[in-house]
Amino acid sequence: MTIQFNKESFRGDYTFHNSDWAIQRFPFPFHEDSYMYSVNMEQHRGGPEGSVYEKRFDVDEHYVSEMHDRALVLAEDPLRCQSLPHMTLAGWDLLELIMVAKSEDYPELFELHRNGDTWRWVNKPMEIDDTFTFLDETTLPYGPMEYITRQAQGDWCVLDQRDDMLWMDAGMVTTQADWSLDFDIGMNFFEWHAPVPLAHEMGIFKRALKFLLNIQQGAPARRLNWTMTVNPLLDTSPENYHKWGVQKTTLTPKNIGAKQHLRVELQTFFRLPRSNALVFPIRCYLIAFQDLVTIPKWGRRLHRVIRDLPDELATYKGFIANRPMMLDYLSRYDDGLATSPGVWPDLEIEPELQK
Amino acid sequence: MSRFTFPDSIASRPVYGTLEPKQGKAHLMIADAEGAEALLDLGMHNPDIFKNSHVIFIPKDTGQTYIGSLADLDPEQFYVGPSYDASVPRIRRVLSGAHMGLQVYLAGTEGLIGQAQNEAMQAGIPHTAIQSEHRGSVARRMQCVHCKGITEDVTTDPFVCSHCGLNLFVRDHYSRRLAAFQGVRVDAEDPGNIPVPVELYS
Ligand code: HEM
Repeated sequence: MTIQFNKESFRGDYTFHNSDWAIQRFPFPFHEDSYMYSVNMEQHRGGPEGSVYEKRFDVDEHYVSEMHDRALVLAEDPLRCQSLPHMTLAGWDLLELIMVAKSEDYPELFELHRNGDTWRWVNKPMEIDDTFTFLDETTLPYGPMEYITRQAQGDWCVLDQRDDMLWMDAGMVTTQADWSLDFDIGMNFFEWHAPVPLAHEMGIFKRALKFLLNIQQGAPARRLNWTMTVNPLLDTSPENYHKWGVQKTTLTPKNIGAKQHLRVELQTFFRLPRSNALVFPIRCYLIAFQDLVTIPKWGRRLHRVIRDLPDELATYKGFIANRPMMLDYLSRYDDGLATSPGVWPDLEIEPELQK
Repeated sequence: MSRFTFPDSIASRPVYGTLEPKQGKAHLMIADAEGAEALLDLGMHNPDIFKNSHVIFIPKDTGQTYIGSLADLDPEQFYVGPSYDASVPRIRRVLSGAHMGLQVYLAGTEGLIGQAQNEAMQAGIPHTAIQSEHRGSVARRMQCVHCKGITEDVTTDPFVCSHCGLNLFVRDHYSRRLAAFQGVRVDAEDPGNIPVPVELYS
Protein backbone atom coordinates (compact mmCIF):
# COMPACT_ATOMS: atom_id res chain seq x y z
CA MET A 1 0.00 0.00 0.00
CA THR A 2 1.12 3.60 -0.41
CA ILE A 3 1.60 5.38 2.85
CA GLN A 4 -0.07 8.74 3.43
CA PHE A 5 2.31 10.64 5.68
CA ASN A 6 0.60 12.54 8.48
CA LYS A 7 1.31 16.19 9.07
CA GLU A 8 1.39 16.20 12.85
CA SER A 9 3.29 17.33 15.93
CA PHE A 10 4.71 15.50 18.94
CA ARG A 11 4.89 18.61 21.13
CA GLY A 12 3.00 21.84 21.72
CA ASP A 13 -0.42 21.30 20.15
CA TYR A 14 0.15 17.52 19.88
CA THR A 15 -1.68 16.87 16.64
CA PHE A 16 -0.20 13.34 16.46
CA HIS A 17 -2.84 10.74 15.59
CA ASN A 18 -3.06 7.14 14.44
CA SER A 19 -5.16 6.11 11.43
CA ASP A 20 -7.28 2.95 11.66
CA TRP A 21 -4.46 1.22 9.77
CA ALA A 22 -1.92 2.32 12.39
CA ILE A 23 -4.18 1.26 15.26
CA GLN A 24 -4.71 -2.24 13.86
CA ARG A 25 -1.00 -2.78 13.22
CA PHE A 26 0.04 -1.33 16.58
CA PRO A 27 2.63 -3.58 18.24
CA PHE A 28 0.61 -4.48 21.30
CA PRO A 29 3.23 -5.88 23.67
CA PHE A 30 1.25 -8.23 25.93
CA HIS A 31 0.81 -11.83 24.82
CA GLU A 32 -1.05 -12.73 28.02
CA ASP A 33 -3.00 -10.96 30.78
CA SER A 34 0.03 -10.22 32.95
CA TYR A 35 3.51 -8.83 32.50
CA MET A 36 6.92 -9.31 34.03
CA TYR A 37 10.42 -8.77 32.69
CA SER A 38 11.83 -11.73 30.77
CA VAL A 39 14.46 -12.47 28.12
CA ASN A 40 11.83 -11.91 25.46
CA MET A 41 13.90 -12.18 22.32
CA GLU A 42 13.16 -13.84 18.99
CA GLN A 43 14.56 -13.83 15.46
CA HIS A 44 13.67 -10.75 13.39
CA ARG A 45 12.73 -12.52 10.18
CA GLY A 46 9.76 -10.54 9.05
CA GLY A 47 6.16 -11.02 10.17
CA PRO A 48 2.59 -10.95 8.89
CA GLU A 49 2.04 -8.72 5.87
CA GLY A 50 1.37 -5.14 6.91
CA SER A 51 2.56 -5.70 10.47
CA VAL A 52 5.33 -3.60 11.99
CA TYR A 53 7.49 -6.74 12.00
CA GLU A 54 7.32 -7.31 8.25
CA LYS A 55 10.21 -5.07 7.12
CA ARG A 56 13.68 -4.72 8.57
CA PHE A 57 12.98 -1.08 9.48
CA ASP A 58 9.29 -0.27 9.51
CA VAL A 59 8.22 2.98 7.86
CA ASP A 60 4.76 4.26 8.71
CA GLU A 61 2.50 7.31 8.42
CA HIS A 62 4.45 9.16 11.13
CA TYR A 63 7.78 9.02 9.29
CA VAL A 64 8.07 12.55 7.93
CA SER A 65 6.73 14.27 11.04
CA GLU A 66 8.95 12.20 13.31
CA MET A 67 12.01 13.18 11.34
CA HIS A 68 10.96 16.81 11.65
CA ASP A 69 10.62 16.37 15.42
CA ARG A 70 14.11 14.82 15.54
CA ALA A 71 15.55 17.83 13.70
CA LEU A 72 13.94 20.14 16.28
CA VAL A 73 15.43 18.13 19.17
CA LEU A 74 18.91 18.16 17.62
CA ALA A 75 18.77 21.88 16.91
CA GLU A 76 18.07 22.45 20.59
CA ASP A 77 20.54 19.87 21.92
CA PRO A 78 23.24 18.43 19.64
CA LEU A 79 24.38 16.10 22.46
CA ARG A 80 21.49 13.76 21.57
CA CYS A 81 23.63 12.42 18.76
CA GLN A 82 27.16 11.39 19.67
CA SER A 83 29.75 8.98 18.40
CA LEU A 84 33.06 8.21 20.10
CA PRO A 85 36.01 8.50 17.71
CA HIS A 86 36.47 4.74 17.13
CA MET A 87 32.84 4.34 15.97
CA THR A 88 32.99 6.02 12.57
CA LEU A 89 33.34 2.75 10.65
CA ALA A 90 30.30 1.39 12.46
CA GLY A 91 28.48 4.54 11.33
CA TRP A 92 29.21 3.68 7.71
CA ASP A 93 28.09 0.11 8.31
CA LEU A 94 24.84 1.46 9.69
CA LEU A 95 24.35 3.86 6.80
CA GLU A 96 24.75 0.97 4.38
CA LEU A 97 22.41 -1.31 6.31
CA ILE A 98 19.65 1.29 6.44
CA MET A 99 20.03 2.44 2.83
CA VAL A 100 20.04 -1.10 1.49
CA ALA A 101 17.11 -2.21 3.66
CA LYS A 102 14.97 0.84 2.97
CA SER A 103 15.57 0.80 -0.79
CA GLU A 104 14.85 -2.93 -1.04
CA ASP A 105 11.86 -2.94 1.33
CA TYR A 106 10.28 0.34 0.13
CA PRO A 107 11.44 0.80 -3.50
CA GLU A 108 8.67 3.32 -4.14
CA LEU A 109 10.02 5.58 -1.36
CA PHE A 110 13.80 5.09 -1.37
CA GLU A 111 16.44 4.42 -4.02
CA LEU A 112 20.10 3.51 -3.67
CA HIS A 113 22.31 3.60 -6.79
CA ARG A 114 25.82 2.29 -6.22
CA ASN A 115 28.59 2.76 -8.73
CA GLY A 116 31.78 1.65 -7.02
CA ASP A 117 32.26 4.01 -4.08
CA THR A 118 29.98 6.63 -5.58
CA TRP A 119 26.54 6.25 -4.08
CA ARG A 120 23.36 8.13 -4.90
CA TRP A 121 20.67 8.08 -2.21
CA VAL A 122 17.13 9.18 -2.94
CA ASN A 123 14.67 9.65 -0.10
CA LYS A 124 11.44 10.71 -1.72
CA PRO A 125 9.29 11.42 1.37
CA MET A 126 11.99 13.77 2.73
CA GLU A 127 12.88 15.14 -0.72
CA ILE A 128 16.54 14.22 -0.42
CA ASP A 129 18.72 13.28 -3.40
CA ASP A 130 22.40 13.13 -2.41
CA THR A 131 25.46 11.70 -4.10
CA PHE A 132 28.48 10.90 -1.93
CA THR A 133 31.56 8.73 -1.69
CA PHE A 134 31.15 5.72 0.56
CA LEU A 135 33.62 5.81 3.50
CA ASP A 136 34.54 9.46 2.80
CA GLU A 137 33.04 11.61 5.54
CA THR A 138 33.82 14.84 3.78
CA THR A 139 31.21 14.06 1.13
CA LEU A 140 28.28 14.04 3.58
CA PRO A 141 26.74 16.97 5.48
CA TYR A 142 26.97 15.02 8.79
CA GLY A 143 28.85 12.00 10.04
CA PRO A 144 27.47 8.78 8.48
CA MET A 145 25.46 7.71 11.55
CA GLU A 146 23.92 11.13 12.03
CA TYR A 147 23.22 11.53 8.31
CA ILE A 148 21.24 8.33 7.99
CA THR A 149 19.51 8.36 11.38
CA ARG A 150 18.13 11.81 10.65
CA GLN A 151 16.19 9.88 8.00
CA ALA A 152 15.23 6.77 9.95
CA GLN A 153 12.50 6.56 12.60
CA GLY A 154 13.36 5.46 16.12
CA ASP A 155 16.46 5.81 18.25
CA TRP A 156 19.71 4.10 17.34
CA CYS A 157 22.35 2.83 19.75
CA VAL A 158 25.55 1.55 18.21
CA LEU A 159 27.36 -0.85 20.50
CA ASP A 160 31.03 -1.66 20.23
CA GLN A 161 31.80 -5.28 21.12
CA ARG A 162 35.05 -5.97 22.96
CA ASP A 163 36.15 -8.13 25.91
CA ASP A 164 32.89 -10.14 25.66
CA MET A 165 30.97 -6.98 26.46
CA LEU A 166 28.85 -4.39 24.66
CA TRP A 167 29.73 -0.71 25.05
CA MET A 168 27.37 2.11 24.20
CA ASP A 169 29.82 4.11 22.16
CA ALA A 170 27.55 5.90 19.68
CA GLY A 171 23.92 6.78 19.26
CA MET A 172 21.11 8.96 17.96
CA VAL A 173 18.64 9.24 20.80
CA THR A 174 15.72 11.68 20.62
CA THR A 175 12.64 9.49 21.28
CA GLN A 176 13.84 7.79 24.45
CA ALA A 177 11.88 6.58 27.46
CA ASP A 178 13.66 8.83 29.94
CA TRP A 179 17.34 7.96 29.62
CA SER A 180 20.26 10.09 28.50
CA LEU A 181 22.72 9.09 25.78
CA ASP A 182 25.02 11.91 26.84
CA PHE A 183 25.17 10.41 30.32
CA ASP A 184 25.28 6.75 29.32
CA ILE A 185 27.71 6.95 26.38
CA GLY A 186 30.79 4.83 27.05
CA MET A 187 29.00 2.59 29.57
CA ASN A 188 28.80 -1.19 29.31
CA PHE A 189 25.64 -3.31 29.10
CA PHE A 190 25.28 -3.76 32.86
CA GLU A 191 26.08 -0.15 33.67
CA TRP A 192 23.55 1.49 31.35
CA HIS A 193 20.91 -0.97 32.58
CA ALA A 194 21.80 -0.20 36.21
CA PRO A 195 18.63 1.78 37.03
CA VAL A 196 16.26 -1.03 35.95
CA PRO A 197 14.66 -2.72 38.98
CA LEU A 198 14.40 -6.51 39.56
CA ALA A 199 15.80 -7.61 36.19
CA HIS A 200 19.43 -7.78 37.37
CA GLU A 201 18.48 -10.01 40.30
CA MET A 202 16.44 -12.21 37.94
CA GLY A 203 19.57 -12.84 35.86
CA ILE A 204 17.87 -11.35 32.81
CA PHE A 205 20.71 -9.06 31.76
CA LYS A 206 23.34 -11.80 32.02
CA ARG A 207 21.35 -14.07 29.73
CA ALA A 208 20.37 -11.24 27.38
CA LEU A 209 23.99 -10.17 26.97
CA LYS A 210 25.07 -13.70 26.11
CA PHE A 211 22.41 -13.83 23.42
CA LEU A 212 23.40 -10.45 21.99
CA LEU A 213 27.13 -11.20 21.85
CA ASN A 214 26.34 -14.14 19.59
CA ILE A 215 24.10 -12.37 17.09
CA GLN A 216 25.44 -13.01 13.60
CA GLN A 217 25.37 -10.84 10.53
CA GLY A 218 22.18 -11.49 8.54
CA ALA A 219 20.38 -12.98 11.55
CA PRO A 220 18.86 -10.03 13.43
CA ALA A 221 16.74 -10.41 16.56
CA ARG A 222 13.97 -8.38 18.16
CA ARG A 223 12.02 -7.76 21.36
CA LEU A 224 9.37 -5.36 22.65
CA ASN A 225 9.50 -3.04 25.62
CA TRP A 226 6.82 -0.63 26.80
CA THR A 227 6.03 2.26 29.09
CA MET A 228 3.42 5.00 29.50
CA THR A 229 3.51 8.60 28.27
CA VAL A 230 1.08 11.45 28.89
CA ASN A 231 0.54 13.30 25.58
CA PRO A 232 2.14 11.91 22.42
CA LEU A 233 5.52 13.33 23.36
CA LEU A 234 8.39 11.57 21.59
CA ASP A 235 11.15 13.41 23.41
CA THR A 236 10.64 12.15 26.96
CA SER A 237 14.28 12.79 27.77
CA PRO A 238 15.82 13.30 31.19
CA GLU A 239 17.35 16.46 29.71
CA ASN A 240 13.86 17.96 29.30
CA TYR A 241 12.15 16.18 32.20
CA HIS A 242 12.08 19.44 34.16
CA LYS A 243 9.72 20.69 31.45
CA TRP A 244 7.61 17.64 30.54
CA GLY A 245 7.37 15.94 33.95
CA VAL A 246 4.56 18.26 35.00
CA GLN A 247 2.43 17.09 32.07
CA LYS A 248 1.83 13.88 33.98
CA THR A 249 -0.28 15.89 36.43
CA THR A 250 -2.62 17.15 33.71
CA LEU A 251 -4.51 13.84 33.41
CA THR A 252 -8.17 13.96 34.40
CA PRO A 253 -10.87 11.29 34.19
CA LYS A 254 -12.27 13.26 31.25
CA ASN A 255 -9.13 13.63 29.17
CA ILE A 256 -7.31 10.42 30.03
CA GLY A 257 -8.58 8.48 27.00
CA ALA A 258 -7.07 11.04 24.63
CA LYS A 259 -4.01 12.06 26.63
CA GLN A 260 -2.68 8.83 28.08
CA HIS A 261 -0.61 6.85 25.61
CA LEU A 262 0.81 3.37 25.71
CA ARG A 263 4.36 3.68 24.42
CA VAL A 264 5.82 0.57 22.83
CA GLU A 265 9.37 0.10 21.63
CA LEU A 266 10.13 -2.38 18.90
CA GLN A 267 13.78 -3.10 19.58
CA THR A 268 15.86 -4.93 17.02
CA PHE A 269 19.46 -6.10 16.97
CA PHE A 270 21.68 -6.25 13.87
CA ARG A 271 25.34 -7.26 13.58
CA LEU A 272 27.34 -4.85 11.40
CA PRO A 273 29.77 -6.32 8.85
CA ARG A 274 33.00 -4.27 8.91
CA SER A 275 33.10 -3.02 12.50
CA ASN A 276 31.51 -6.08 14.13
CA ALA A 277 29.48 -3.55 16.15
CA LEU A 278 25.89 -4.30 17.11
CA VAL A 279 23.22 -1.79 16.22
CA PHE A 280 20.15 -1.48 18.38
CA PRO A 281 17.28 0.43 16.77
CA ILE A 282 14.57 1.37 19.27
CA ARG A 283 11.44 2.21 17.34
CA CYS A 284 8.79 4.00 19.38
CA TYR A 285 5.05 3.54 18.73
CA LEU A 286 2.44 5.58 20.59
CA ILE A 287 -1.28 4.86 20.94
CA ALA A 288 -3.92 6.78 22.88
CA PHE A 289 -5.91 4.70 25.36
CA GLN A 290 -9.13 5.65 23.55
CA ASP A 291 -7.77 4.16 20.31
CA LEU A 292 -6.33 1.09 21.97
CA VAL A 293 -9.63 0.12 23.59
CA THR A 294 -11.31 0.01 20.16
CA ILE A 295 -9.68 -3.44 19.96
CA PRO A 296 -11.75 -5.34 22.55
CA LYS A 297 -9.05 -7.88 23.36
CA TRP A 298 -6.47 -5.18 23.97
CA GLY A 299 -8.80 -3.18 26.22
CA ARG A 300 -9.54 -6.21 28.38
CA ARG A 301 -5.92 -7.21 28.60
CA LEU A 302 -4.35 -3.81 29.23
CA HIS A 303 -6.61 -3.33 32.25
CA ARG A 304 -5.45 -6.62 33.76
CA VAL A 305 -1.79 -6.01 33.04
CA ILE A 306 -1.75 -2.53 34.55
CA ARG A 307 -3.80 -3.65 37.55
CA ASP A 308 -1.46 -6.52 38.41
CA LEU A 309 1.86 -4.91 37.50
CA PRO A 310 4.38 -4.98 40.40
CA ASP A 311 4.76 -1.56 42.05
CA GLU A 312 8.48 -1.51 41.28
CA LEU A 313 7.75 -1.57 37.57
CA ALA A 314 4.98 1.04 37.75
CA THR A 315 7.33 3.29 39.72
CA TYR A 316 10.27 2.78 37.35
CA LYS A 317 8.05 3.42 34.34
CA GLY A 318 6.88 6.61 36.01
CA PHE A 319 3.11 6.07 36.21
CA ILE A 320 2.51 4.84 39.75
CA ALA A 321 0.76 8.11 40.70
CA ASN A 322 -1.59 7.92 37.73
CA ARG A 323 -2.26 4.19 37.94
CA PRO A 324 -5.55 4.49 39.88
CA MET A 325 -6.96 6.88 37.29
CA MET A 326 -5.79 4.61 34.48
CA LEU A 327 -7.48 1.65 36.11
CA ASP A 328 -10.76 3.56 36.53
CA TYR A 329 -10.71 4.23 32.82
CA LEU A 330 -9.49 0.85 31.64
CA SER A 331 -11.85 -1.15 33.86
CA ARG A 332 -14.73 0.14 31.72
CA TYR A 333 -13.27 -1.92 28.87
CA ASP A 334 -12.80 -5.12 30.85
CA ASP A 335 -15.88 -7.33 31.07
CA GLY A 336 -13.97 -10.26 32.58
CA LEU A 337 -14.18 -12.44 29.46
CA ALA A 338 -11.21 -14.63 28.61
CA THR A 339 -8.71 -13.28 26.07
CA SER A 340 -7.09 -15.23 23.26
CA PRO A 341 -3.39 -16.00 23.59
CA GLY A 342 -0.88 -13.88 21.67
CA VAL A 343 -0.58 -10.21 20.79
CA TRP A 344 -2.77 -9.97 17.67
CA PRO A 345 -6.11 -8.07 17.72
CA ASP A 346 -8.12 -11.21 16.79
CA LEU A 347 -11.08 -9.03 15.84
CA GLU A 348 -12.89 -11.99 14.20
CA ILE A 349 -12.80 -14.22 17.27
CA GLU A 350 -12.85 -11.82 20.22
CA PRO A 351 -16.37 -10.81 21.28
CA GLU A 352 -17.45 -7.17 21.48
CA LEU A 353 -17.31 -5.64 24.92
CA GLN A 354 -20.14 -7.12 27.03
CA LYS A 355 -20.85 -3.98 29.05
CA MET B 1 37.87 7.04 61.09
CA SER B 2 38.15 8.04 57.44
CA ARG B 3 36.64 4.83 56.02
CA PHE B 4 32.99 4.57 55.00
CA THR B 5 31.30 1.38 53.88
CA PHE B 6 28.93 2.20 51.04
CA PRO B 7 25.75 0.15 50.99
CA ASP B 8 25.17 -2.11 47.96
CA SER B 9 23.87 -0.17 45.02
CA ILE B 10 23.23 -0.34 41.29
CA ALA B 11 25.72 -1.62 38.73
CA SER B 12 26.91 1.75 37.43
CA ARG B 13 27.86 2.99 40.89
CA PRO B 14 31.63 2.70 41.46
CA VAL B 15 33.00 0.47 44.19
CA TYR B 16 36.34 1.05 45.84
CA GLY B 17 39.00 -1.23 47.28
CA THR B 18 42.06 -0.95 49.46
CA LEU B 19 45.30 0.22 47.88
CA GLU B 20 47.86 -2.53 47.47
CA PRO B 21 51.42 -2.33 46.21
CA LYS B 22 51.81 -3.43 42.59
CA GLN B 23 54.96 -4.35 40.70
CA GLY B 24 56.01 -1.45 38.52
CA LYS B 25 58.88 0.75 37.48
CA ALA B 26 56.93 3.86 38.43
CA HIS B 27 53.97 4.69 40.64
CA LEU B 28 51.60 7.63 40.35
CA MET B 29 49.61 8.32 43.51
CA ILE B 30 46.91 10.96 43.55
CA ALA B 31 44.99 11.72 46.75
CA ASP B 32 42.87 14.43 48.30
CA ALA B 33 42.09 15.20 51.96
CA GLU B 34 41.75 12.00 54.07
CA GLY B 35 42.90 10.04 51.04
CA ALA B 36 46.34 10.77 52.48
CA GLU B 37 45.61 8.13 55.13
CA ALA B 38 45.32 5.46 52.45
CA LEU B 39 48.76 6.41 51.12
CA LEU B 40 50.18 6.42 54.65
CA ASP B 41 48.74 2.94 55.25
CA LEU B 42 50.28 1.79 52.00
CA GLY B 43 53.61 3.29 53.00
CA MET B 44 53.58 1.68 56.42
CA HIS B 45 53.96 -1.81 54.96
CA ASN B 46 55.59 -0.98 51.64
CA PRO B 47 57.95 1.95 52.08
CA ASP B 48 60.02 0.83 49.12
CA ILE B 49 57.56 1.70 46.39
CA PHE B 50 57.72 5.38 47.28
CA LYS B 51 61.26 5.49 45.92
CA ASN B 52 59.73 5.40 42.44
CA SER B 53 56.57 7.31 43.27
CA HIS B 54 55.14 10.61 42.22
CA VAL B 55 52.66 11.73 44.88
CA ILE B 56 50.12 14.40 44.04
CA PHE B 57 48.17 15.57 47.07
CA ILE B 58 45.34 18.07 47.36
CA PRO B 59 44.75 18.72 51.07
CA LYS B 60 41.34 20.42 50.65
CA ASP B 61 40.18 21.25 54.16
CA THR B 62 42.75 19.05 55.92
CA GLY B 63 45.30 21.87 55.77
CA GLN B 64 48.71 20.80 57.07
CA THR B 65 47.47 17.61 58.76
CA TYR B 66 48.98 15.08 56.38
CA ILE B 67 51.66 16.97 54.50
CA GLY B 68 54.50 16.22 56.91
CA SER B 69 53.83 12.50 57.16
CA LEU B 70 53.41 12.16 53.38
CA ALA B 71 56.74 13.92 52.90
CA ASP B 72 58.26 11.46 55.40
CA LEU B 73 57.41 8.65 52.97
CA ASP B 74 60.10 10.28 50.87
CA PRO B 75 58.47 9.98 47.46
CA GLU B 76 60.62 10.57 44.42
CA GLN B 77 58.37 13.52 43.54
CA PHE B 78 55.92 15.16 45.94
CA TYR B 79 53.49 17.84 44.89
CA VAL B 80 50.93 19.56 47.08
CA GLY B 81 48.31 21.41 45.07
CA PRO B 82 45.68 23.99 46.04
CA SER B 83 42.87 22.25 44.11
CA TYR B 84 42.26 19.27 41.90
CA ASP B 85 41.73 21.49 38.87
CA ALA B 86 45.07 23.16 39.44
CA SER B 87 46.80 19.78 39.46
CA VAL B 88 45.27 18.57 36.18
CA PRO B 89 47.96 19.89 33.80
CA ARG B 90 50.57 18.17 35.94
CA ILE B 91 48.61 14.90 36.02
CA ARG B 92 48.22 15.00 32.23
CA ARG B 93 51.93 15.66 31.76
CA VAL B 94 52.87 12.75 33.98
CA LEU B 95 50.46 10.39 32.24
CA SER B 96 51.53 11.46 28.77
CA GLY B 97 55.16 10.70 29.57
CA ALA B 98 54.39 7.45 31.35
CA HIS B 99 55.85 4.17 30.20
CA MET B 100 54.10 0.81 30.14
CA GLY B 101 53.77 -0.53 33.63
CA LEU B 102 53.04 2.76 35.38
CA GLN B 103 50.92 1.90 38.41
CA VAL B 104 48.16 4.34 39.33
CA TYR B 105 46.79 4.67 42.89
CA LEU B 106 43.91 6.99 43.69
CA ALA B 107 42.60 7.80 47.16
CA GLY B 108 40.17 10.19 48.78
CA THR B 109 36.82 11.54 47.68
CA GLU B 110 34.77 10.09 44.85
CA GLY B 111 35.17 13.30 42.87
CA LEU B 112 38.94 13.08 42.91
CA ILE B 113 39.02 9.35 42.20
CA GLY B 114 36.57 9.66 39.32
CA GLN B 115 38.29 12.58 37.64
CA ALA B 116 41.81 11.22 38.02
CA GLN B 117 40.65 7.80 36.81
CA ASN B 118 39.24 9.52 33.75
CA GLU B 119 42.59 11.16 33.01
CA ALA B 120 44.37 7.83 33.35
CA MET B 121 41.80 6.15 31.07
CA GLN B 122 42.28 8.83 28.45
CA ALA B 123 45.99 8.10 28.62
CA GLY B 124 45.20 4.52 27.69
CA ILE B 125 45.16 2.78 31.07
CA PRO B 126 42.09 0.54 31.39
CA HIS B 127 39.92 1.54 34.35
CA THR B 128 40.13 -1.99 35.71
CA ALA B 129 43.92 -1.57 36.09
CA ILE B 130 43.59 1.55 38.24
CA GLN B 131 43.43 1.09 42.00
CA SER B 132 41.24 3.30 44.13
CA GLU B 133 40.38 3.62 47.80
CA HIS B 134 37.67 5.88 49.12
CA ARG B 135 38.47 7.88 52.24
CA GLY B 136 36.89 10.84 53.95
CA SER B 137 33.85 12.77 52.79
CA VAL B 138 31.00 11.00 50.99
CA ALA B 139 30.39 14.18 49.00
CA ARG B 140 29.60 13.59 45.35
CA ARG B 141 30.40 15.23 42.08
CA MET B 142 27.02 15.68 40.40
CA GLN B 143 26.02 16.46 36.85
CA CYS B 144 22.73 18.27 36.30
CA VAL B 145 21.07 16.23 33.56
CA HIS B 146 19.18 19.34 32.45
CA CYS B 147 21.86 22.04 32.07
CA LYS B 148 24.88 19.63 32.10
CA GLY B 149 26.68 21.74 34.69
CA ILE B 150 28.78 19.95 37.33
CA THR B 151 28.31 20.72 41.01
CA GLU B 152 31.25 19.60 43.13
CA ASP B 153 31.15 18.28 46.69
CA VAL B 154 27.42 17.72 47.00
CA THR B 155 26.61 16.48 50.49
CA THR B 156 22.81 16.69 50.59
CA ASP B 157 19.86 15.25 48.71
CA PRO B 158 18.26 17.26 47.17
CA PHE B 159 20.72 20.01 46.35
CA VAL B 160 20.73 23.14 44.23
CA CYS B 161 22.49 22.98 40.86
CA SER B 162 25.27 25.56 41.04
CA HIS B 163 24.69 26.44 37.38
CA CYS B 164 20.95 26.55 36.61
CA GLY B 165 19.59 26.71 40.15
CA LEU B 166 17.14 23.79 39.84
CA ASN B 167 16.66 21.59 42.89
CA LEU B 168 18.01 18.18 41.98
CA PHE B 169 17.77 14.77 43.57
CA VAL B 170 20.88 12.63 43.83
CA ARG B 171 20.88 9.42 41.80
CA ASP B 172 23.29 6.51 42.15
CA HIS B 173 23.53 6.31 38.35
CA TYR B 174 27.15 7.16 37.57
CA SER B 175 29.10 7.99 34.41
CA ARG B 176 32.81 7.22 34.36
CA ARG B 177 33.23 9.43 31.31
CA LEU B 178 31.81 12.43 33.17
CA ALA B 179 33.18 11.30 36.54
CA ALA B 180 29.82 12.30 37.98
CA PHE B 181 26.54 11.05 39.38
CA GLN B 182 23.29 12.21 37.83
CA GLY B 183 21.11 14.94 39.32
CA VAL B 184 17.46 15.24 38.23
CA ARG B 185 14.92 17.94 39.07
CA VAL B 186 13.18 16.83 42.25
CA ASP B 187 10.01 18.89 41.86
CA ALA B 188 9.39 18.35 38.15
CA GLU B 189 5.99 16.75 38.77
CA ASP B 190 5.04 19.09 41.61
CA PRO B 191 6.77 22.42 41.01
CA GLY B 192 7.81 24.17 44.19
CA ASN B 193 7.44 21.11 46.40
CA ILE B 194 11.05 20.63 47.42
CA PRO B 195 11.81 18.13 50.17
CA VAL B 196 14.02 19.25 53.05
CA PRO B 197 17.62 18.38 52.12
CA VAL B 198 19.12 15.51 54.12
CA GLU B 199 22.80 14.58 54.43
CA LEU B 200 23.84 11.77 52.08
CA TYR B 201 23.90 8.40 53.86
CA SER B 202 22.45 9.89 57.04
C1 HEM C 1 22.25 -3.81 23.39
C2 HEM C 1 21.09 -3.32 23.30
C3 HEM C 1 20.37 -2.63 24.40
C4 HEM C 1 20.45 -1.32 24.74
C5 HEM C 1 21.32 -0.24 24.08
C6 HEM C 1 19.54 -1.10 25.85
C7 HEM C 1 19.36 0.10 26.47
C8 HEM C 1 18.51 0.32 27.54
C9 HEM C 1 18.39 1.56 28.25
C10 HEM C 1 19.20 2.81 27.96
C11 HEM C 1 17.45 1.40 29.20
C12 HEM C 1 16.99 2.46 30.20
C13 HEM C 1 17.74 2.32 31.50
C14 HEM C 1 17.53 3.50 32.44
O1 HEM C 1 16.55 3.51 33.21
O2 HEM C 1 18.34 4.44 32.42
C15 HEM C 1 16.97 0.06 29.10
C16 HEM C 1 15.97 -0.50 29.87
C17 HEM C 1 15.64 -1.84 29.85
N1 HEM C 1 16.24 -2.82 29.08
FE1 HEM C 1 17.63 -2.57 27.66
N2 HEM C 1 18.94 -2.28 26.16
C18 HEM C 1 19.42 -3.24 25.31
C19 HEM C 1 19.08 -4.56 25.28
C20 HEM C 1 18.21 -5.15 26.15
C21 HEM C 1 17.87 -6.54 26.10
C22 HEM C 1 18.38 -7.58 25.11
C23 HEM C 1 16.99 -6.76 27.10
C24 HEM C 1 16.38 -8.12 27.36
C25 HEM C 1 15.76 -8.51 28.37
C26 HEM C 1 16.78 -5.48 27.78
C27 HEM C 1 15.95 -5.24 28.85
C28 HEM C 1 15.65 -4.01 29.39
C29 HEM C 1 14.61 -3.80 30.39
C30 HEM C 1 13.71 -4.86 30.99
C31 HEM C 1 14.60 -2.43 30.67
C32 HEM C 1 13.62 -1.70 31.58
C33 HEM C 1 12.54 -1.15 30.70
C34 HEM C 1 11.25 -0.72 31.37
O3 HEM C 1 10.79 -1.31 32.34
O4 HEM C 1 10.62 0.22 30.82
N3 HEM C 1 17.54 -4.54 27.17
N4 HEM C 1 17.63 -0.58 28.09
